[in-house]
Amino acid sequence: MSAVHIENVHKSFGKLEVLKGVSLTVEAGQVVAIIGRSGSGKSTLLRCINGLETIQSGRIEVVGHTVTYTDEKLRALRKDVGIVFQSYNLFPHLTVGQNIMLAPRITKGVPKEEARAQAEKVLAQVGLSEKFDVYPDNLSGGQQQRVAIARSLAMQPKVMLFDEVTSALDPELTGEVLLVMEELARGGMTMLLVTHEMNFARSVADFTVFMHQGKVWEMGPSEELFSHPKTPELAAFVKSTLK
Amino acid sequence: MQYQFQFNSVLAESGFIMQGILLTIYLSIGSIILGSIIAILFSALRANGPRWVGGLVDVYVELLRNTPFLVQLFIIFFGLPSIGIRLTADQAALLAMTLNLAAYSTEIIRAGVDSIHRSQIEAGLSLAMTKRQIFQHVIIVPAIAKVWPALSSQFVLMLLASSICSFISVQELSGVTAIIEQRTFRSFESYIVATLLYLVLALTLKVGLLGLGRLIFPRVSGLSRVQVKGEAA
Repeated sequence: MSAVHIENVHKSFGKLEVLKGVSLTVEAGQVVAIIGRSGSGKSTLLRCINGLETIQSGRIEVVGHTVTYTDEKLRALRKDVGIVFQSYNLFPHLTVGQNIMLAPRITKGVPKEEARAQAEKVLAQVGLSEKFDVYPDNLSGGQQQRVAIARSLAMQPKVMLFDEVTSALDPELTGEVLLVMEELARGGMTMLLVTHEMNFARSVADFTVFMHQGKVWEMGPSEELFSHPKTPELAAFVKSTLK
Repeated sequence: MQYQFQFNSVLAESGFIMQGILLTIYLSIGSIILGSIIAILFSALRANGPRWVGGLVDVYVELLRNTPFLVQLFIIFFGLPSIGIRLTADQAALLAMTLNLAAYSTEIIRAGVDSIHRSQIEAGLSLAMTKRQIFQHVIIVPAIAKVWPALSSQFVLMLLASSICSFISVQELSGVTAIIEQRTFRSFESYIVATLLYLVLALTLKVGLLGLGRLIFPRVSGLSRVQVKGEAA
């Protein structure tokens, strides 16, 4: 069974249709990059996968959960699907450690000691062990984003979504975040990432999806997609991002 | 103008004045604690409860904020006995102050809750939290931190407004001052002493609340900075 299965999904904001029949399948362990211009619907698609946006028609299945809009079903889904946002969204009044331990403790009832051990483990994974008791606003953007990744990982998700996670970072900090993600990919995590980092998509993602005008315009193995775009739209997009 | 100030007879009542001060402190601290608890509960209901419950909270807040405190006090002390609820003057004072402060605090905390960025709620949802957990663990602390200065000044206003309770014979600082004035015929002196004591009480409370804020919300200054960064992103 595939990890993520999206079938003919339509999504509108009012009269504006942003997803016009999107279908996409991601197998467990795959890394899939979603690229495209602003407004092509790629972030919306990602947010539909964990139910942050509701779809009007179609079907989304994620690791055994059919996306259904009741509080209970959504919570069950979100325990298995982590998401990392562009703006980090760490809780400013909690330390790094507390940020990471909060959700496992209150949503899964993980005992304190265990949550702490788990937090230390994921923090080490993103290379920030020494920041356990630091507040988010004392960290750089890149460090905050790595903590946000760790916070998601502490829930032991089966799928991770990344929504333009490096777009708010300068190039130097972008590198450290991408490194963490590459590490995760190598560890076998199923990942969907909306990104503007074409080199990262090309080198790390197994497949790349090019979205255009609310549709999957073109998709394929990353290397092939970037070197031999079939549609003129993708060719133009790839060319424009190389500048 | 040849007025001779004579504080001796007034200061001779210092024991009585101290009783008044203690009652003022008791009423103020009591209403601040109880009023804040109610305000937080009301804010939670307004944020997550059924719509009609939120509506009731709104009605309560507007009712209390748009009628005089003196009238509220009279309703509780003189009105409630008609339906069999008899309170001592001190109890009525504490109740009136608590209900009044709860209404103002609910409104202030609402501003704080509204100021929490939507992305914080999404982060909580994405981590499988319930709406209640999000309110409790993600929203309420930063929300109160943001409005702490406004909340503090409301608490100080309540301390000063406690003087109104002397109208129903509560012997807090203003109540005992009125009695001392009648005993000594030293009106000016009596109220100068009361004025200075209120000043000291209010400033002490203000400084105390400032310190308390720093203690409970060590990240207050940091909060605003993070917010700006998040929005720029």
